[in-house]
Amino acid sequence: MNDYDQISRKARTARRIRLTFTYALLAFWAVIVLFPFYWMILSSIKSYGSYNAEFTPKFFTTSPTLQNYKDAFTQVSLGRYFLNTFLFTVITTALMLAVIIFAAFAFSRLEFRGKNLVFTLFLSLMMIPSELVIITNFVTITNWGLRNTFTGLILPSVTSVFYIYLLKENFEQIPNDLYKAAKVDGTSDLKYLFKVMVPICSPTIVTVVILKVIECWNAYVWPRLITDDPNYFLVSNGISEIRENGFGRENIPAMMAAVVVISIPLIILFLIFHKKIMAGVSRGGTKG
Amino acid sequence: MSEITDKSSFSGPTSGNKPASMAVFVKKLRSLKAWLYLLPALLFLGIFMVYPLIDVLVYSFEEGYNSASQTSFGTGWFNYAYVLHDPYFLQAVKNTFLIVIITVPLSTLLALLISLALNSIKKLKEVFQTIFFLPYVTNTLAVGLVFMIMFKKTPYTDGLINMILAIFKSGPVDFIDGPYWAKMFVMCFYTIWVVLPFKVLILTSALASVDEVYYKAARIDGTSRFRQFTHITLPMISPMIFYLVITGFIGAFKAYSDEVAIFGTNLNSAGMNTIVGYVYDMLYGDAGGYPSYAAAAALILFAIVFTITVVNLLISKKTSIR
Repeated sequence: MNDYDQISRKARTARRIRLTFTYALLAFWAVIVLFPFYWMILSSIKSYGSYNAEFTPKFFTTSPTLQNYKDAFTQVSLGRYFLNTFLFTVITTALMLAVIIFAAFAFSRLEFRGKNLVFTLFLSLMMIPSELVIITNFVTITNWGLRNTFTGLILPSVTSVFYIYLLKENFEQIPNDLYKAAKVDGTSDLKYLFKVMVPICSPTIVTVVILKVIECWNAYVWPRLITDDPNYFLVSNGISEIRENGFGRENIPAMMAAVVVISIPLIILFLIFHKKIMAGVSRGGTKG
Repeated sequence: MSEITDKSSFSGPTSGNKPASMAVFVKKLRSLKAWLYLLPALLFLGIFMVYPLIDVLVYSFEEGYNSASQTSFGTGWFNYAYVLHDPYFLQAVKNTFLIVIITVPLSTLLALLISLALNSIKKLKEVFQTIFFLPYVTNTLAVGLVFMIMFKKTPYTDGLINMILAIFKSGPVDFIDGPYWAKMFVMCFYTIWVVLPFKVLILTSALASVDEVYYKAARIDGTSRFRQFTHITLPMISPMIFYLVITGFIGAFKAYSDEVAIFGTNLNSAGMNTIVGYVYDMLYGDAGGYPSYAAAAALILFAIVFTITVVNLLISKKTSIR
């Protein structure tokens, strides 16, 4: 056997070992990520009796039941929380889109005095943490008598300086000639905005929508402050309510059924749009 | 330039044959239109961002503010002094700092490791990427509940984690109502689980964007893999790492809903409150109704986060110059 063979064999072995380690690491972390999901589905299909009879939890169940899901929708108002969150998400996202599209358009295409100053002020607002302003917002909404209303839930989250910035940057990439041509043709600003700019920038708008929907679906702090009437709870508050005084005595399988139901919509959305969502988050996400 | 859309205003009596004044008028009108487009954003930001910012300062200096009668005794530093002497706040600061110091470096390192692994494989890469991203899109409060039951020890069952610990002849430990370190462990573990998807995503795309040419050149020179990593990969992705560290610090300092997810809403009694949690508890809830204390605590938090961010930025600047 000559040297070359030996070296190349050695290299191949090293490569194989390295790959094995790599896959082992990835598989290990994949298990850690996926296991909680498996565990919640598993617990949700165990019956109350069999769950509590297991002193050592089992990794499978021989008699799956859907009773817990029935309980989740009948014993607590999970359906109501769901509907609330859905409405909250749709309305907030729609309103926010309108607000940021107009603002981004003003900053990117229109000329007016003080534009740069206003934009700089806008940008400096990005540094303000929401924890700082939430105190007064809570007082404001309370004083307006908007606690336990959708208006109170929605109003403070319909603007985002960051999304205005993201959209404005994108709008500016559209050549100005297009705007001038449209003007010559007699197209109104509004028409130009919605017929030309918005379609061209739809990838950015999709990104913003994705991020906002995820944010709305997981919103917890503000809804908790502003609602104490279960009729206006969102899913996050609902789950925390269920946890504290939901199904009577520690009915964990039913609790897990509720958790599964709450998690599913976003997971399905994610599985369908995972490429778009991941691209969107890497462009404008902030979490963690 | 013709402003055809605003034809109606041209036919008005003000626009005569004087082109100069008309130009001024048109300019003003267009300026007005721009402000109109901006109006919703300005209104919302003004009411829910700018005004609160000033108001929170006012609150924090108003002593003995009563939200029912809206009166206060006077102004001064009392609220800050009160908060800084409140054992609950000090506990919250301790918890928050521990979470930050443990989770930020660990999650960044782990994310780097996973992204490097992801980047070195071809088969199943996309599957793994999708799986790793899953926690990002789940409701943290809902999944926190699953972590809670996996770690919890009840009279009926020791729980899943204790079952695994038993294999290694240790435990059982009650991770949810037990000793402080156990609770902190669950907290950090869950935090890392939650923040990792974002970091892995960012680092994977940063790694993928490093030009293959550098590695080819290094391989021709016979550079070891470790050296390739420290001399090519790390410098190339260091801006992204700094970005993640900075946003990681900011995010971890604001930890709150993950804590609620694991330990429930009464974080003070669990001894696991965070600074943000303290702010909200002061504002609302069983012990709430003190916006002044909440404001003082929130401003202290802001000062901490701001200082650390500035330090981080300075370090990153120095490192990148070198």
